[in-house]
This record gives sequence, C-alpha cells and structure tokens, in this order.
Amino acid sequence: MADCNETLRELETFLDGELDAPARESIQAHLGGCLDCLQAFDFHAELRTVISAKCQNDQMPAGLLAKIELCFGEDFDGDGQVG
Amino acid sequence: MVPAMADRTEFAQQAMQYAPQLYSAALRMTRNSSDAEDLVQETYLRAYRSFATFTEGTNLRAWLFRILTNTFINTYRAKQRRPQESELADVEDLYLYKRISNVDVAARSAEDTLFELFTDDEVKTALENLPESFRLPVLLADVEEFSYKEIAEMLDIPIGTVMSRLHRGRKAMQKALIDFATERGLITRTFESETAPDPAHSDG
Repeated sequence: MADCNETLRELETFLDGELDAPARESIQAHLGGCLDCLQAFDFHAELRTVISAKCQNDQMPAGLLAKIELCFGEDFDGDGQVG
Repeated sequence: MVPAMADRTEFAQQAMQYAPQLYSAALRMTRNSSDAEDLVQETYLRAYRSFATFTEGTNLRAWLFRILTNTFINTYRAKQRRPQESELADVEDLYLYKRISNVDVAARSAEDTLFELFTDDEVKTALENLPESFRLPVLLADVEEFSYKEIAEMLDIPIGTVMSRLHRGRKAMQKALIDFATERGLITRTFESETAPDPAHSDG
C-alpha cells in the first residue's frame, strides 16, 4: 500500500485515470484509511468537475450552426478536395 | 478516394453534435468569439475535406478535436505569440487545496462549495490566461477529458511533457483562482502577495 507521499505524488495521474491497475489499487487502499489524503483527492476531483462545467457552458453565436452546415454544402470535384 | 454521399451526410450529421464543445474549446484557445467562430468553421471545413481519412469506428470527437487543435496551432500561434514557460508562476503543490482548507469555515459562509466559490468568468479567465503551451494540455485534459496519449498526439509532444505541463499549468491556474477569490474578499489573505487585502472585507 502506498504511503501519504507516494499517494499525493500520484494525485494527478490517479484523477486523470492514467494509473495501471496495481498502482491504482495501491492508492485506493491508502485512501480507504487516510482521511487527509482522501480529502485532498476529493477536493481536486471536485475542482476538476467545476472547471470542466464552467468552461463548457458558452452559448454558441446565433448562426454558427448554419455557417457550419454551409461547410458541408460545398461540392467535391472528385479529388477529395473542395472546389 | 471519394466517400459515398450517404457516408458524408451521415458524417456531417454526427459531427454537428460536437459543435457546442468545439466552440467552447475554441473560445478558450482564441479568447475571443470572432476568432473562435472562424476556428470552428475552419475545423469543420477541414474535417469535411479529409473525411476520407477518418476511420469508421474510431473516436470522431477526438478526431475533430485533433483538427481543431492543429488548426488553432497553425493559424493562431504566430498571431497570438505570448510569453511561454518563463511567464508561468512557480507554485507549490496542492496550492489551492492548502489555501482553501486553511480558510476559516465562517469566512466561507454560503460559499461552501467550489462551484459557488468561483464564478464562471473567473474559471474561464484563469484557464485562458495560461500561456498557450500550458493552456492547451489543461483544456484538453481537464475540460475535454482526453488521455495523455491523445493529448500527446494532438500537440505532437511526448507524454512526459504533457504530464509536466499539466502539473505546472494546473498549479498556475489554481493560483489565479485563489487570487480572484482573495480579490473578492471571499477568502482571507494568509500568504505573501503584491497587493494589499481589501480592508472593506471583515467578518466582524
């Protein structure tokens, strides 16, 4: 089982889902018994959720979808290139 | 090779569902709505032109984001030349967490979740103010949830570089968030800083 230092060092790779199974299980085992580390992990998981939600709520300008559809309207002349 | 019309129509329909995501990401990249609109259109145009190179059954969303990222880098990088790594504040690990958890519970009052503590604009600005070489990895990982491998391919940098830029970029973004919250008097300044705390803020 990982100790506090090892656990915190892997905080980002853990939350990024980039650890292999044994490493992930070792971190999970530590978090199961260490409230300090668990709170730090929970905080960063929540922060990730907040950042993701607040950076994806932009309103598309009116007319953008129509402009995109125009991109699909162009003719192919057979060489795979538009025009 | 020219794809069948039916395939192109289906491709167009499937690709359209990602327009809101691509537009938000384009806004974070270009930091203005006019350039973001152009970037999204250019992305769809390029995607449509190179549709034949898209492999059925692979990740259409990742493919579109790859085109978006490439188009941004090739079209806007020169235009938006900014200071890079040297500009980034070096911040200790767990920066935001340590500051927030040191905050007196009473001082946080109603702002008891991170979601309420930071405004949408503050989070967007904190991300958009990162130098581009850090902003793109953080955007692609934390907002768009791509893997290290996918980000490495999109940005054409090694995975180790993705990880180190994420680490530094995230910390710098957290520093910016703390600064915003401190400016608004939501948390008490308990650390060194260039500007004086707002004296109007007091919990009595």
